[in-house]
Amino acid sequence: MDIGALLRELSEASGVSGYEEEVRGRVAEAIRPYVDDLRHDAMGNLIALRQGVGPEPRRKVMLAGHMDEIGLIVTRIEKGFLHFSQVGGYDVRVLPGQEVLVHGVSLLPGVVAARPPHVLGEEERQKVPRMDELLIDVGLPPEEVESRVRVGDLVTLRVPYQALRGERAAGKAFDDRAAVVAIAACLEELTRLRHTWDVYAVATVQEEVGLRGATTSAYGIAPDLAIAVDVTHGDMPGVAEWDAVELGKGPAISVGPNIHPKVYEALVETARRYEIPYQVDPFPGRSGTDAWAIQVSRSGVPTGLLGIPLRYMHNPVETLDLADIRRTARLMALFVSRLDEIDLTR
Amino acid sequence: MLLQRLSEARGVSGNEDEVRAILIEEIRPYVDDWKVDSIGNLIATVRPKQEHGVAHRVLVTAHMDEVGLMVVHIEKNGLLRFRPVGGIDPRILPGKRVLVGRDRLPGVIGLKPIHLLTAEEEKQVVKVEQMCVDIGAKDRDDAASVVRVGDVATFATAFLQQGKTLIGKAFDDRAGCAVLAELVKERYEVELVAAFTVQEEVGLRGAQVAAYAVEPEIGIALEGTICDDLPRKEDQTPVTRLGHGPAVTVMDRTVISDRRLVELVLRTAQAEGIPCQIKGPGLGGTDAGAIHLSRRGVPSVAVATPARYIHTPVSVMNLDDLEHTVALMKAVLHRLHSDFPWGER
Repeated sequence: MDIGALLRELSEASGVSGYEEEVRGRVAEAIRPYVDDLRHDAMGNLIALRQGVGPEPRRKVMLAGHMDEIGLIVTRIEKGFLHFSQVGGYDVRVLPGQEVLVHGVSLLPGVVAARPPHVLGEEERQKVPRMDELLIDVGLPPEEVESRVRVGDLVTLRVPYQALRGERAAGKAFDDRAAVVAIAACLEELTRLRHTWDVYAVATVQEEVGLRGATTSAYGIAPDLAIAVDVTHGDMPGVAEWDAVELGKGPAISVGPNIHPKVYEALVETARRYEIPYQVDPFPGRSGTDAWAIQVSRSGVPTGLLGIPLRYMHNPVETLDLADIRRTARLMALFVSRLDEIDLTR
Repeated sequence: MLLQRLSEARGVSGNEDEVRAILIEEIRPYVDDWKVDSIGNLIATVRPKQEHGVAHRVLVTAHMDEVGLMVVHIEKNGLLRFRPVGGIDPRILPGKRVLVGRDRLPGVIGLKPIHLLTAEEEKQVVKVEQMCVDIGAKDRDDAASVVRVGDVATFATAFLQQGKTLIGKAFDDRAGCAVLAELVKERYEVELVAAFTVQEEVGLRGAQVAAYAVEPEIGIALEGTICDDLPRKEDQTPVTRLGHGPAVTVMDRTVISDRRLVELVLRTAQAEGIPCQIKGPGLGGTDAGAIHLSRRGVPSVAVATPARYIHTPVSVMNLDDLEHTVALMKAVLHRLHSDFPWGER
């Protein structure tokens, strides 16, 4: 699987929380060859089943990565300019001067207005703008804007995927399309491995607004064990060493109350046995990922969490190392192939 | 479209080669003579229609350079520290994509994630000193194998046209360059010297030496200028308005335009039925600031196409405004010989 190509495709697709149809279609096409069944539930979660070879009734493992992304939403139109609010959490400081795509009656490119330095007073320069002070400009006369954009229309950032040096890349929505790519690559890897459990691969919706897709999909699947895949903070200036993992050093295996200790141990043991580089990512409480919702689904699900190291999370230039996605996929696939060996008793 | 090639070309002050190469190729078939001077200006001459004894010499400039970043240090972890070249509000840098050095090495400027910010930090403007360009290098050696201190970076912005709307970077002043490249395609009663200048953004330095060398009787600077016509609460000047035609400078930070030239431009616009506006006096500066002080002084004016969000990664311009600027300036050049009180003051 060309991991970079799939990440490019998914990153450039639109899928703001609650509006994941476009990206879901692309994910479905990417994983279709490796699964026995594809469906989506009432919330819009894409649920793929790859059957295991064990005798029925087979146990079920759920692999979850969210396909929604943060975005903007039009709140008011003034003299042809769009006021907006956000879906999920942007840092308002990255928005001025950003190119956007307004999902109106048709797609409309635009920019987040940034007044030129010539007109800015000293006081203005020292101010972080509030989101309700920013405007989107689509460069059209007011009448035309009124006919093509409505309050409530979504706005995504128009950011092309950018390959960087080596295997590094930058783009939008790597949180969490990188994980969706890892799950797709894991499904492909599983075609070469023997696994007894049924594998339910889920591209979840509405994670950014409260882990909502994971909540309903975990209930619907009722898995015996689950692995959530998300991105985790990579090392960067201004972030303490203990708050970040390193790019290019392999998946971060999470540990903490959100994680079943035996699942954690088995992931670590698998990584060691197959010489997959890994890092440990401790979460003393809420992990802020789908794992948090899945763990308490129905009467409880033993849950693990893999993190793909990512710099500048929720920026439009999230940066990662493709090798980390590949290793995450491989670790997950090998783990799935060894599920019968894991004793989950506490 | 020439503007697209000019906009996507890279020419941070002092590094205007790419833009100049495009312009040389574009104007060469039309001009009688061209050369590149020691600072890097491209100076071309269009001789007058007939050899009058008194062909007046008019210098028209447009600057090729744009604002950008310069790499000043490579960190151990391979990240690049930088400083702005020209006037940039640091608040527009976070979350942007750039191209570093001659080989267009892609890089990004990322911010510490919002998840890890303190409430205090969320309210603070990020200083240039706190930012880095990330080219995906593993470490300093990896980065140093492809980047050198002193390399410059531009915003990585693709040009886009949507109906009459033009979206792209560096319209200040590739708009002027595109207009000037059209003006040299005709002959006038006056001798036209077209100078595509360098280093405007760091102090009108190219225009200064070009004006000295050319010794014109009149100077005209073509610009892509401030357009601040967003809806706002207070009654503030928009400086210029998009879609209202070329903007004539009466006064800015660097020049008080020659009143006779301002009137000639406005009169021409009215006679030709071309929309035209007066730029809100006071803000910005252009090559006219250097030209009008050349030698013993040169009557000068600036005429500009309005562009929203100049000096940021992405500007917005109106195609009609651009075409009207070309039409107006051609008409002005045709009228200058007979319509300007040469020799009077």
